[in-house]
Amino acid sequence: MAEYLILIYSDETARDTPESGSSDEIMKGHQRFGERNAAALRGGNALQPTSTATSLRPDSSGGFVVTDGAFAETKEALGGYYIVEAADLDEALALAKQIPSPFGGIEVRPIRPM
Amino acid sequence: MSDARRPLNASVEAAVAEAHRREWAFVLAATVRVTGDIDLAEECVQDAYARALATWSTSGIPTKPGAWLTTTARRRAIDLARRVSTFDRALPLLVETTSAPGPGELDMPEIPDDRLRLIFTCCHPAIGIDAQIALTLRLLCGLTTAEVGRAFLVSEATMAARITRAKKKISLAGIPYRVPPVEELPSRIEAVLSVVHLLYTTGHTAPVGADLSRRDLVERSLDLARVLRTLLPDDADVAGLLALILLTDARRATRLGDDGHLVLLADQDRAHWDRAAIGEGIVLVREALRRRPPGRFALMAAIAAVHAEAPSWDATDWSEIVGLYDLLVELWPSPVVALNRAVAVGLAEGPAAGLAALDALAAEPLLATYSYLASARADFLRRLNRTSEARVAYEEALLLSENAVERAFLAERLGQVNS
Repeated sequence: MAEYLILIYSDETARDTPESGSSDEIMKGHQRFGERNAAALRGGNALQPTSTATSLRPDSSGGFVVTDGAFAETKEALGGYYIVEAADLDEALALAKQIPSPFGGIEVRPIRPM
Repeated sequence: MSDARRPLNASVEAAVAEAHRREWAFVLAATVRVTGDIDLAEECVQDAYARALATWSTSGIPTKPGAWLTTTARRRAIDLARRVSTFDRALPLLVETTSAPGPGELDMPEIPDDRLRLIFTCCHPAIGIDAQIALTLRLLCGLTTAEVGRAFLVSEATMAARITRAKKKISLAGIPYRVPPVEELPSRIEAVLSVVHLLYTTGHTAPVGADLSRRDLVERSLDLARVLRTLLPDDADVAGLLALILLTDARRATRLGDDGHLVLLADQDRAHWDRAAIGEGIVLVREALRRRPPGRFALMAAIAAVHAEAPSWDATDWSEIVGLYDLLVELWPSPVVALNRAVAVGLAEGPAAGLAALDALAAEPLLATYSYLASARADFLRRLNRTSEARVAYEEALLLSENAVERAFLAERLGQVNS
């Protein structure tokens, strides 16, 4: 068995428009996903929007440059994650396909044990 | 130095070369199951082939070279595995659902055929398509990295990097070494067939066939399609792809003139088409079309079959070809397929109908810079004696075409409408 990090990316502007009115439905989708796959789930959460993010980059004098915003500015931002345990990539992909992601997409990354 | 070496028997060399061509994938697939590591398995298989050259010269060529090679490669793998502890391993082992065979199973008279596992691993959709193709040629066809690089006009170093990256992904991301479950099988088979088809078209549409490595791609794609047919005998799409390759490749001897120029289907000498390949292809097309609805390879093969059975260009059943394109456009709504359909309409119902069908595609952005649309329009206009419009269309086609052979053809036609 291996662990995979499932990253949920979404277009925040599309997600936050009130008329999309689907946030309840999305939450229900996550609940269903959690109930169905409790055995495989090792963790997971939603993130506050990228407007709340702060990024650090080491500078040349041994300190840090602190900036407002996400590390990489992209149209689709990281909005939540799960950690799952799966036998192989196909099993992890099968789990990821059940996660609601109407405003973006999902990335599956194997976790490197340290 | 060479005096001291036992001279290699020519028949042994030929037998090893033949076993390389026919058995490589089988031997490698069976060895990967023992090693759980593709690189290590490749090393062991290469070693087994090297031993075959030496051993078969003294002890004779075995009756089942594939079994001999597999057993030798697997024994080598077990030897090496004993020396390498798990902690020394840089990459995790491949994931399988069933356990690897124990040492006792190694010498079983019937070695299980694991080629499908290897095929589905190489053509996993989580690997980029270029890398899928490279892995397929390297691992399933046994081509060297340099040969794979030559086939795709990239350096050996670039190709080596691409293959290494893909193998790392298989191992680190946990792409499993197994045949997918039934519910995923259709889409996964489609991915495999796309790789084989792309290999075929890359080999087939090579710029003037001087480069032998391109011809080699066609032959390898045919070999792969045959292997798939053996392993998945009931799959209609597999039958369709094998039929398509056989029927299209049957024209190989007539596609180029003596001076190396392209000969259009209309002008090819049909007496030199490969009748055996056509016969085999037609049986497969019939089988592939029995599944409803037929798949895209089956439909393309059926179109190729109509051409193959026609005694001449003029005697071709164009309305049947239009009917097949109608089905194909529905299944695969690509502008290029629609363009081919429009040309067939013109040949079935006359140039005015063809022109109308082409003009319906004029707004298609993907065709705006596609020289074949302009040249097809030019041809229909020429036949309708709308000379000045034909001239404009030929000039447009000439502007868009970058292929010297095609440009020569278009310039000749332009000269004809101008005179």
